[in-house]
Amino acid sequence: MDMPLPNAGVIARKDRIVARLRAALPGDAVISAPEALRVYECDALSAYRCPPLAAVLPRTTEEVSAVLRTCWEEGVPVVPRGSGTSLTGGAMPTADAVILGLARMSRVLETDVENRFIRVEAGRTNLSVSGAVEELGFFYAPDPSSQLACAIGGNIAMNSGGAHCLKYGVTTNNLLGVRLVQMDGTVVTLGGPWGEPSGLDLLGVVCGSEGQLGVVTEAWLRILPKPEGARPALVGFTSNEVAGACVADIIRAGILPVAIEFMDRPCIRATEAFAKAGYPDCEALLIIEVEGAEAEIDEQLARIRAIAMAHDPVEFREAANAAEAGRIWLGRKSAFGAMGQLGDYMCLDGTIPVSALSFVLKRIGEMSRDFGLDVGNVFHAGDGNMHPLILYNANKPGDLERCEAFGAEILKLCVEVGGCLTGEHGVGIEKRDLMSVQFTPADLEAQMRVKDVFDPKWLLNPAKVFPLGSSAERRAE
Amino acid sequence: MRPSTEAELAEAVAGASGPLLVRGGGTRMLGLALGEVLETGGLSGVSLYEPAALTLVVGAGTPLAEVEALLAGERQRLAFEPPDLRGLLGRDGVSTLGGVVAANASGSRRVQAGACRDALIGVRFVDGTGQVVKNGGRVMKNVTGYDLVKLMAGSRGVLCVMTEVSFKLQALPEAEATLIVEGLGDEDGLSALRQALGSPFDISGAARYSGRSLIRVEGMAGSVSYRARRLRDLVGGEVAVVEGVASAALWREVRDVTPFAGRAGDVWRIATLPTVAAEVVAQVEGEAIWDWGGGLIWLLCEPGRGPDLAAVLAGRGHATFVRGEGGPIFPPEAPEVVALVAGLKAQFDPRGILNRGMMG
Repeated sequence: MDMPLPNAGVIARKDRIVARLRAALPGDAVISAPEALRVYECDALSAYRCPPLAAVLPRTTEEVSAVLRTCWEEGVPVVPRGSGTSLTGGAMPTADAVILGLARMSRVLETDVENRFIRVEAGRTNLSVSGAVEELGFFYAPDPSSQLACAIGGNIAMNSGGAHCLKYGVTTNNLLGVRLVQMDGTVVTLGGPWGEPSGLDLLGVVCGSEGQLGVVTEAWLRILPKPEGARPALVGFTSNEVAGACVADIIRAGILPVAIEFMDRPCIRATEAFAKAGYPDCEALLIIEVEGAEAEIDEQLARIRAIAMAHDPVEFREAANAAEAGRIWLGRKSAFGAMGQLGDYMCLDGTIPVSALSFVLKRIGEMSRDFGLDVGNVFHAGDGNMHPLILYNANKPGDLERCEAFGAEILKLCVEVGGCLTGEHGVGIEKRDLMSVQFTPADLEAQMRVKDVFDPKWLLNPAKVFPLGSSAERRAE
Repeated sequence: MRPSTEAELAEAVAGASGPLLVRGGGTRMLGLALGEVLETGGLSGVSLYEPAALTLVVGAGTPLAEVEALLAGERQRLAFEPPDLRGLLGRDGVSTLGGVVAANASGSRRVQAGACRDALIGVRFVDGTGQVVKNGGRVMKNVTGYDLVKLMAGSRGVLCVMTEVSFKLQALPEAEATLIVEGLGDEDGLSALRQALGSPFDISGAARYSGRSLIRVEGMAGSVSYRARRLRDLVGGEVAVVEGVASAALWREVRDVTPFAGRAGDVWRIATLPTVAAEVVAQVEGEAIWDWGGGLIWLLCEPGRGPDLAAVLAGRGHATFVRGEGGPIFPPEAPEVVALVAGLKAQFDPRGILNRGMMG
């Protein structure tokens, strides 16, 4: 993975920069000792590491503004960091960059059930947003797998999704407004609890901009009343194709489950060995969850059962109680951990049209043989967001490179069939150099022009998202 | 000008010697832009419709009515039920999908299914220099690069001319029912809407006008009747329930602001917090259609009430002057936002030729 050479001038001025940051912030908010900075050298894409120049942990929007203003004046790149759970290197620093961590900004600022929103600081974890309104009968819908740890600020940067976004949408569909600090320290409010933009939808372009347009310090989020109940069903099939056809038929029938999750045989086997969830030994399985009152759930699952039966399933298992529901989800939720038991893995995130599902799975199987690396598939089938997990051995020379080459081929395939490189993890550094597979130079130029407006010096998270060659001139200025 | 291909359109923009007034069918345009008319109606047609993937890709000039008929044939729809404002604004013409997107035109179902911008999954557009750009695509989950799709939704032609738009669709529900709550004043009637929206009964419409509060549920037949029953118990008061076409007709009136069509007076469109929705209208003294549980107010009032409205709102939302002498006027923005908007316009339309003067 290429990263630009750090700015030697900035590194040489480290003492002065740290001193200025210390002057702007309370004493304990600036970290500059090399051993303490190791914590920030990578995120969840841990194959790539680099300690930052310094790290700061501000407590208020004003402090964030002071940090950014200082770094802007000093020409220092800044890498915003929520909880560091990015799978794509979104929070990975460079040696000349200051990490701006949001961990100390985790308060709930306002809860308004009647107007159905909550206002939180951006360092608050995803799950604890739901936690803050749970007793009131509400929840925050986007639920990335890392929801116990990941921060709302990171969710906004990556426009995170989750298993339940088939019905409730991703972050951008549940985000009402933000306070954003621009690189020069300017604080701007975009949107607000009413949700409707007053002019251009700047909030819409900030969400998913991977921390390159500004640092979100507060967010207004839509909260939803909890459904009366939910129940999953598990359906096993004799082939990926049949499972894919069943997904299409459910959607075509006008049923909207909250989640349709897909696992293929390698993943089922690994999961069974690891979590013993009692899954059938079959080629593919779907976990389909529906919501509502008991009678509504019965009505929906009866329809789904009828559709599934037409595809001659190996098994159709409806959860009879909470314990059974838990077991159905257990395997899915431990799938990544189970694959991790088999070796190191790389998790991809391309999205494809649902209609291309079986073709793409077949091609991935063929490529797996060509590259000599095993792959398991577990993903959100309802919206075509795939998560192939490629297994490799990090200690075997050349394996990581082979794995990355295989991953790149899968992502190119996703684009070829009409999909995209990433459905919910973001581009980061991981898919940066594949962007030109999906976009023309003019497409990328249009996106980079937005960054020119928000961050003319290209100091915020600069070496991410865009191919280094495409952004070189801008970063050099 | 009425180009019939994207390439022709790009050439027309690149070669323009002065300002261009960009429009689809001109049925919902708000603003005073002057210039040579550039219509997108020639870019019409469905490039992809995959019912089993809930995906539609059409030329920006494709008529809304055509698309709605096509989708209905497959028992699907655009979830955000775009309003038809021809009656309200006194316009003729054929509404296009590009125009719907440019206005981010969203009806009552926004409270449940999101706005137009939430259903929009891809755009192709021509910027102010004539450059063709695509963003997003045809899949529902896509975080590849910046989300210019959202930026272009509601941009009213000031950044670009859209040439193709892609949507995530929704299946038509098997049944719909509307509770009509009568006999409540505005405060209580709006409170009933908030109560419904805070319930687990998955409300797809919450509106109030002419002294009646309307609450809509949609879905499978058994589920609709169950939820209607539970809601009736929840809100109390005098409740009637209408179903099917009768229910749909009510929501068309709300969506299209029909009660204000052809009537004298200024019309404002206000986005605010549902809890202050009654107060705003009471203080400005006008007639209101409340949608989105009170979060959207269509206000019909005497001319000259703008300053009062701004004072009453006091930062708790914003108001667009939609119809009346001296309008339309978009809400004022904070200086930092103005600077960002100016920056974006300068990047996407450096000559400032696209819908110059629109949106403030």
